[in-house]
Amino acid sequence: MLDIRNLNARVEETEILRNLSLSIKPGEVHAIMGPNGAGKSTLGNVLSGRPGYEVTSGSVEFNGKDLLDMEIEERARAGLFLAFQYPVEIPGVSNMEFLKAAVDARRKHLDLPELSSFDFMKIARETSKRVSLDAAFLKRGVNEGFSGGEKKRNEIMQMMLLEPNLCILDETDSGLDIDALQVVAEGVNAMRDGKRSFIVVTHYQRLLDFIVPDHVHVLAAGRIVKSGGKELALELEAKGYGWLEDEVA
Amino acid sequence: MTEQVESLIRKDYAAGFHTSIESDTLKPGLDEEVVRFISAKKEEPQWMLDWRLKAFRAWQEMEEPEWAHVHYPDINFQALSYYSAPKSMADKPKSLDEVDPELLEMYEKLGIPLHEQEALAGVAVDAVIDSVSVVTTYRAKLEEAGVIFCPISEAIARFPDLVQRYLGSVVPQRDNFYAALNSAVFSDGSFVYIPKGVRCPMELSTYFRINEMNTGQFERTLIVAEEGSYVSYLEGCTAPMRDENQLHAAVVELVALDDAQIKYSTVQNWYPGDKEGKGGIYNFVTKRGICHRNARISWTQVETGSAVTWKYPSCILKGDNSVGEFYSVALTNNFQQADTGTKMIHIGKNTSSTIIAKGISAGQSNSAYRGLVRINAGASGARNFTQCDSLLIGDRCGAHTFPYIESKNSSAVIEHEATTSKVSDDQMFLCQQRGLDAEKAVSMIVNGFCREVFKELPMEFAVEAGKLLEVSLEGSVG
Repeated sequence: MLDIRNLNARVEETEILRNLSLSIKPGEVHAIMGPNGAGKSTLGNVLSGRPGYEVTSGSVEFNGKDLLDMEIEERARAGLFLAFQYPVEIPGVSNMEFLKAAVDARRKHLDLPELSSFDFMKIARETSKRVSLDAAFLKRGVNEGFSGGEKKRNEIMQMMLLEPNLCILDETDSGLDIDALQVVAEGVNAMRDGKRSFIVVTHYQRLLDFIVPDHVHVLAAGRIVKSGGKELALELEAKGYGWLEDEVA
Repeated sequence: MTEQVESLIRKDYAAGFHTSIESDTLKPGLDEEVVRFISAKKEEPQWMLDWRLKAFRAWQEMEEPEWAHVHYPDINFQALSYYSAPKSMADKPKSLDEVDPELLEMYEKLGIPLHEQEALAGVAVDAVIDSVSVVTTYRAKLEEAGVIFCPISEAIARFPDLVQRYLGSVVPQRDNFYAALNSAVFSDGSFVYIPKGVRCPMELSTYFRINEMNTGQFERTLIVAEEGSYVSYLEGCTAPMRDENQLHAAVVELVALDDAQIKYSTVQNWYPGDKEGKGGIYNFVTKRGICHRNARISWTQVETGSAVTWKYPSCILKGDNSVGEFYSVALTNNFQQADTGTKMIHIGKNTSSTIIAKGISAGQSNSAYRGLVRINAGASGARNFTQCDSLLIGDRCGAHTFPYIESKNSSAVIEHEATTSKVSDDQMFLCQQRGLDAEKAVSMIVNGFCREVFKELPMEFAVEAGKLLEVSLEGSVG
């Protein structure tokens, strides 16, 4: 699914990712943990092609294609989805209109016929129910006046509608209360079908109680310093990140 | 982002073509003889000629206004031609079948086939090409309701009392330089009369375009809504590409008598000039309406075209409890300049006005909002709400706001809100990460910004306006 080799990336003059390598197979859930400033969010931004993040060396293969050679929207249409840590508002653009345009673009890429507005509305309503968002949110501006939790649930709704191959969740748990966290986790778990892969970026182990990962990686100073199974997350919870940073140093 | 913005602005004007209809064009220059020629050509009565001459004499003593935030080379008014009519007009077509097929083809290219409009939209179309009305449809159905919708030249002949009574009653001949010029040489335009208590059974719509080299186009529109009547009027325009700058100085007068309501919507898409700022239409328009007791006038405009726009659709709230509204989207790209806004003059008691103005600037363009809210001493209980938002695309354009507020009555409540924002990189990234290309993303974000105004447009116009923004923004990202 995804093969990252010796990836180096920087923002302006600051090196953030150093020789990062990671391989993800279909159906796997990988958790990326680490202290603040370790480069966790950078990974998602680099993979999705966000302007300002420059890859200096290394390669990324996504479903057999050179990911770094693709435009932002091509990556998205090919099934790479980034759930934002801080979803931005687009005033006046209805959520429904935005979602339909996104789904149309994805379906076109997959050579599927465009959904009629009627059919799409039906699917969107059902999906909003699954993430406990009132259907009224579909008519509101994208994230316009949404609370933090509503924005995150809106992200998960987008993910469900787009049915991506690889989902990157960038600290989706930050700022969520336990109920919202459960809604988000249920959404993700419902999408685990043995083929779709996930990268779950989080600072805390808490989310991983609900979304149980196959692999846990610890990122520090731009590289993976330790990998293990789900039990690694518990170890981190108990011991903090300090011992790993010491180990690297 | 800025580079993206730059390269999206690189598509040619979609409506740029020139049809080869032979024209009956007057030689350039303007003097009393020209005014007499125009009046004679239209077989006007003496009173109309006198009215024009009065305007012409006033105009000769006036000077071009220079206060607007726009810059353009001096206009040589003697180098313009003041009359042009498609030749096939000698015999007026009685139906669409008799219309010059080239004209019809031109409409097809613009995506406004008359046949289709007639059948689908149920819209009565008074299509003006250059200076003469070519065809008027749905006349019968409107006449049944007692509504008059015809070229103003025809109204002068058929309804002289109405025209004489109201022409110049809202925008007097000497109101301003361009209004005086228009009053002297206006070529044609529309006349609408809605009788007492009548709700006009359909949206009235005029499409017109400038089609002759060096021909100034001087439209004159007069709409009179009698007591308790209602009308919605749509004005849309687009012009073919050419190199010379062309002058357009229209005058629109609205009269809303007691309890009447007039909704006037404009989509203006004239040639804006090329990427280097060469060519394009100069659009100096005077639009004003007067509201009598309990009357309401709503101006909605989507301005995307013209090299230079100078336009302030205004309301005189003369009657008690009258309401004035102004909803505007003005988009400038490349080297376009727009100085547009409104004037709300509160005279009657408990009058209220709402102003929602959205300016979008891209490329190296400049757009200015200029608005006056005046509360006269007698206008107790007057209310105004103004919201004025500017959106910048890229970092070489400008947005300016010039609000004027004059209140002579202490009971007035006046609110003014203004914002300036940019299409943010984060918004662009969100859209693109969801699979939308940059062009679609910008157009979606801009459309969202304009939503409050678009929802005031009649349905079919709202769709067109959205498309127009998309076309006008082409090349602003990439």
